[in-house]
Amino acid sequence: MTALARANPPLTIGILILGCVLTFAVLAPLVAPYGVAEQNILDRLQRPGAKHLLGTDQYGRDLLTRTLFGGRTALLLGLGAVALGLLLGVPIGLASGYAGGRTDEVIMRVVDAFLSFPALLLALMIVTALGASTMHALLAIGLANAPGIARIVRSQTLAVKHEEFVLAARAQGDAHPYIMFGEILPNLLPPIVIEATIRVGFAILASASLSFLGLGVQPPTADWGLMIREARQHIFLSPWPLLCPGLALALTIVGFNLFGDGVRDRLAGRA
Amino acid sequence: MASYVVRRVLSIALVLVLISLIVFVAIHVLPGSAATLILGEYATPESLRVLEREMGLDRPFAVQYAAWMGGVVTGDWGYSLAMKQPVTAIVGLRLRNSALLAGFALLAVVLIAIPLGTLAALRRGRWLDLAILTGSYIGISVPEFVTGMVLILVLAGPSLHLFPTGDYAPLAAGLRTWLSHLVLPAMTLTLVLLAHVVRQTRSGLVEVLQSAYVRTARLKGATERRVVVRHALRNGFLPAVTVIALDLGYLMGGIVVVEEVFAYPGMGRLILYAIQNRDVPLLQVSILIVAATYTFANFAADLAYAWLDPRIRYR
Amino acid sequence: MLRRASGAVLQIERLSVSFATPRGEIRALRDVSFDIAAGEVFGVAGESGSGKSTLAYAIMRDLAPNARVVGGSIRFAGEDLLRLAPDALRSIRGRRIAMVYQDPKSALNPSMRAGQQIAEVLEIHALASRAGAAARALELLALVNIPDPPAVARAYPHQLSGGMQQRLVIAMALAGDPGLLIMDEPTTGLDVSTQARILELVAGLRHDVGAAILYISHDLAVIAQVSDRVGILYAGELVEVAPARQLFRRPAHPYARGLLDALPDIDLTRAFRPIRGRLPDLSRLPDGCVFAPRCDFVEDACTRGQPAMATVGPAHVARCLRWDTVIATPPTPRAGPGAPPLPEIAAPVARVESLTKHYEEPGVLARWLGLARPPVHAIDDVTFDVRGGEVLALVGESGCGKTTLGRLLLRLLPPTSGALSIRRRQSGTEIKDDAEFRRVVRIVFQNPDSSLNPTKRVAAILERPLAIQGVPRPARLARVRELLEAVRLDVGYLQRLPRELSGGEKQRVAIARAFATGPELVVLDEPLSALDVSSQASMVDLLTELRNRLDATYVFISHDLSLVRHLADRIGVMYLGRLVELGTVDEIFRPPYHPYTRALLSSIPVPDPAAPASTVRLEGAVPSARRPPSGCRFHTRCASKIGRICEEVEPLLQRVDGTHWLACHIPVEDLRRERPIRPAPRST
Repeated sequence: MTALARANPPLTIGILILGCVLTFAVLAPLVAPYGVAEQNILDRLQRPGAKHLLGTDQYGRDLLTRTLFGGRTALLLGLGAVALGLLLGVPIGLASGYAGGRTDEVIMRVVDAFLSFPALLLALMIVTALGASTMHALLAIGLANAPGIARIVRSQTLAVKHEEFVLAARAQGDAHPYIMFGEILPNLLPPIVIEATIRVGFAILASASLSFLGLGVQPPTADWGLMIREARQHIFLSPWPLLCPGLALALTIVGFNLFGDGVRDRLAGRA
Repeated sequence: MASYVVRRVLSIALVLVLISLIVFVAIHVLPGSAATLILGEYATPESLRVLEREMGLDRPFAVQYAAWMGGVVTGDWGYSLAMKQPVTAIVGLRLRNSALLAGFALLAVVLIAIPLGTLAALRRGRWLDLAILTGSYIGISVPEFVTGMVLILVLAGPSLHLFPTGDYAPLAAGLRTWLSHLVLPAMTLTLVLLAHVVRQTRSGLVEVLQSAYVRTARLKGATERRVVVRHALRNGFLPAVTVIALDLGYLMGGIVVVEEVFAYPGMGRLILYAIQNRDVPLLQVSILIVAATYTFANFAADLAYAWLDPRIRYR
Repeated sequence: MLRRASGAVLQIERLSVSFATPRGEIRALRDVSFDIAAGEVFGVAGESGSGKSTLAYAIMRDLAPNARVVGGSIRFAGEDLLRLAPDALRSIRGRRIAMVYQDPKSALNPSMRAGQQIAEVLEIHALASRAGAAARALELLALVNIPDPPAVARAYPHQLSGGMQQRLVIAMALAGDPGLLIMDEPTTGLDVSTQARILELVAGLRHDVGAAILYISHDLAVIAQVSDRVGILYAGELVEVAPARQLFRRPAHPYARGLLDALPDIDLTRAFRPIRGRLPDLSRLPDGCVFAPRCDFVEDACTRGQPAMATVGPAHVARCLRWDTVIATPPTPRAGPGAPPLPEIAAPVARVESLTKHYEEPGVLARWLGLARPPVHAIDDVTFDVRGGEVLALVGESGCGKTTLGRLLLRLLPPTSGALSIRRRQSGTEIKDDAEFRRVVRIVFQNPDSSLNPTKRVAAILERPLAIQGVPRPARLARVRELLEAVRLDVGYLQRLPRELSGGEKQRVAIARAFATGPELVVLDEPLSALDVSSQASMVDLLTELRNRLDATYVFISHDLSLVRHLADRIGVMYLGRLVELGTVDEIFRPPYHPYTRALLSSIPVPDPAAPASTVRLEGAVPSARRPPSGCRFHTRCASKIGRICEEVEPLLQRVDGTHWLACHIPVEDLRRERPIRPAPRST
């Protein structure tokens, strides 16, 4: 472990952070001292103390509990959105890059058009059209990620397409779908994994932003972005409803970014 | 170079058309017609039909699109239902306000981020580099609304009250007041952008510093300073140009959030307002403007890159 | 130890360099010693992994961070470079010691004009004012035979051809009037004709400039042509140093001898035999002579302690205990009889008629607007047959279309026009069914690093073609084992990934894959170019054996005429997309020659320093394939052009003798009267 730490600090720190986040998110129902929606008006806006380790929000809900459960939402949205983005983006990028010619040009024009929207704006439009909810936020962010992923997968496919082993596969009669998914795709896994990992961090950021704007997760679900939205009016009375989810968000996103960079360095070193 | 420019212009034109299509489709895909959402769930079918006819929503899709685009191109941007004004009257001011913020952020990026990234690349692996890298990790990871609210908490709170908590004051109210309303939102926006650009500048320069022609320059007997300035930076900055353009995308997404946090009357807030109020005409045009701006910015960056890179400029 | 009198510009004594890696210490250079005098060209020949680049960069003191000089000295004009302070070192670099690099394209700054990059050397070392430096840059461009120096000086590197880029690098190196010029594989990647002109330039330089030149290359023929004295580097040790003529005629070290035998000899006199074994692991070197495990002359004493440098003659040393035996042994004669005579009228296995392939510029929009460049004429109107059981070689420089032709034969590309048919050997009927075609026609690619999917194991790679053909699993597994055996690889290789194999091993797997389905026609696209010299000969053995076993037909694509002389039955010479000459091996190598064939034969360096300088030179560069010249495509560079007809009328392939065809307007009798470029081969 120390050897890894010395060789690849981002990876190590990233793994540590993510390990914690994941553990707490999974164990939240077991570890949390209170219920997620448990209100206790008398104890509202408390500072951290013996009764509430991280304090309470404006409804008297325990911040530690809500922060832990917020992690679950964040991970669900982050991982889910990226998974959706991959599901859509990888086949499109692969097919477009492999086909080349007119098909590729047409598809890429459309992809470029989607990429001309700032990602958050695209997600905003989709949520507006569908209505605000957790699932719609996931859908929106996933769809917003798909074009970027498609673009990257396409450029990687273009690089590999002309390698001689692809020619060899065609020369021996392999069918196009097999060549795409059986020969080319395995070579694309390292860059796809790196891209996906980094995007999880940004997806979490995006989902938190949407929730902050009121267009994502809806109350009373615990979500870090939503918690900060609700904390707005009272920050001068108590900063803790802002700081707890804020710190959790920052840490989690840093963790994913470090992990992604670490993985990239490692894979690049080996190549 | 000429043929490159022509091809890019055509490409942009096509993309703009596609963008307008996407915007139009996305908003009109609303479940239930726009009329339902304006009048509410309890509207009678009668009144719905009247409103639809009034708004032209009963015409075929393609006709609606054509009419709208026709209006956009000729300067008739529709009538805002929520604000009861022509859209053109509203958008101009907001655009200027957002541009101000964006302008500050870009200025800061060029003046601060590029030198920082360069420094980090030149002192790669040493303390300065690690410090800069750590800072930029934090910068890209902390959401703008968190940064913004923390800044408000610390700097605009009752204890310090160095800055107002938000909104905008015109220049007429005095330079100091005008600036004081801009500082916090601009800072928030800048921090994220800075972090991105520092990282990209650094990695672009690191790559150049390891290239074969930099080695050649060293083996010609050039001093380190000459190697860096005459050889590395010239080529290393090329990617920085593209990076700045790409990060305008972040900027424009972030601007929505930042303007919300600081109640700053810009395009971002306008879009949110339009969403909340189901103001379809306003929403369509606002999003189109933002997307088009981003597209033009990318186009400008492409051109700048093409002009700076001799491999494209002289075919 | 060989020590020149004070005329030595560079004196390297017992230089040893090691690299620290996670796998252990790699001793890249051990005990290397040699001198170079002013005006002398010292050639260092070595295969990959021999340490030659390490040597070059050690002299410049620009080694990787994990490298250390563990012993020895590098004296330049008396001073030990290893002990110099950074400032002193900087003042020497580029000024008194200059370097020419292997890949000029990446060695040049893409955003700096050519002239400026030369002038910079003078500015850095304060040798001239701004204006003076610019003027001197123009002079230097003229010195390296660049036409129109002012135009080139204003150009950016990407606007220049590979040959011009390399001349630019040489001009840059000469700018400081250096005492020592280090040239690291400067002609690798250049065309034969471009290479010939650069070599001529280098030869001229040593007379005009008076610098000492260290010329490093893996190509023995080039070293022979250019060097006064030669050093042979093997696995980090200098095993023999001698005057060029002596080394190539009578090598004293078994490795040098083995290297020369492993080269295909264009005159078919010398043996063409591989060196057995593999390069040693530089982190785990054996006791004793480093070459002992692969040596044909080895005896017990060789494995005990490193042999000292023995004096073989004046200015000739070799690190071998048995050098006298090596010299006394006569040259190994060519093994086996020549190629069997061509079967009389062998039915064609492949038939190509008026085949044309043009590559359009991508981008529908651009083409619509007329902004696209003209299409690349890769192949134009090519017609020939491939006869059953023969080895037909297609030769030509890069860009001649031979690779495209190979891919067309495999149906990897659709032709733009013309007909291509593959026929069954037995019946002569055409193969139309795709599955059968894929079984019968196979290909081996040039680059073993990219022709195997890095994510698949050897077993999977070899099984796949069988799976496509519908062979059931148990039969596939058995066949895969057979295949490995046929290419002389151990069954343990089945579970390995390509990155765990050497270049030669990967190529064997590629060959096994090609033969998996029992093909009748195999296209081999430069299969040996990416391999080391010592691997090439054993690969040729393997290919010959496999062909005989299956009675297969080969289409062998190559740019190496010496190799082709050993292997082929018939040869087709291609230039800029056209077939200009076609005939048996003997017919191609003797007059009548197509002017291009003649120029090609003259430009090829041979590993014989005594060879006369080429009589026919190929001027200019290969024209663009987008705008091929009108009439005869070769007329822009032809030394024997006869007049307007060459510019206006395309010559057709005409029969000269029974099997010999030529496309030229010059009357055949005139061509017949020319002198042969190479002597006729002695009958064995």
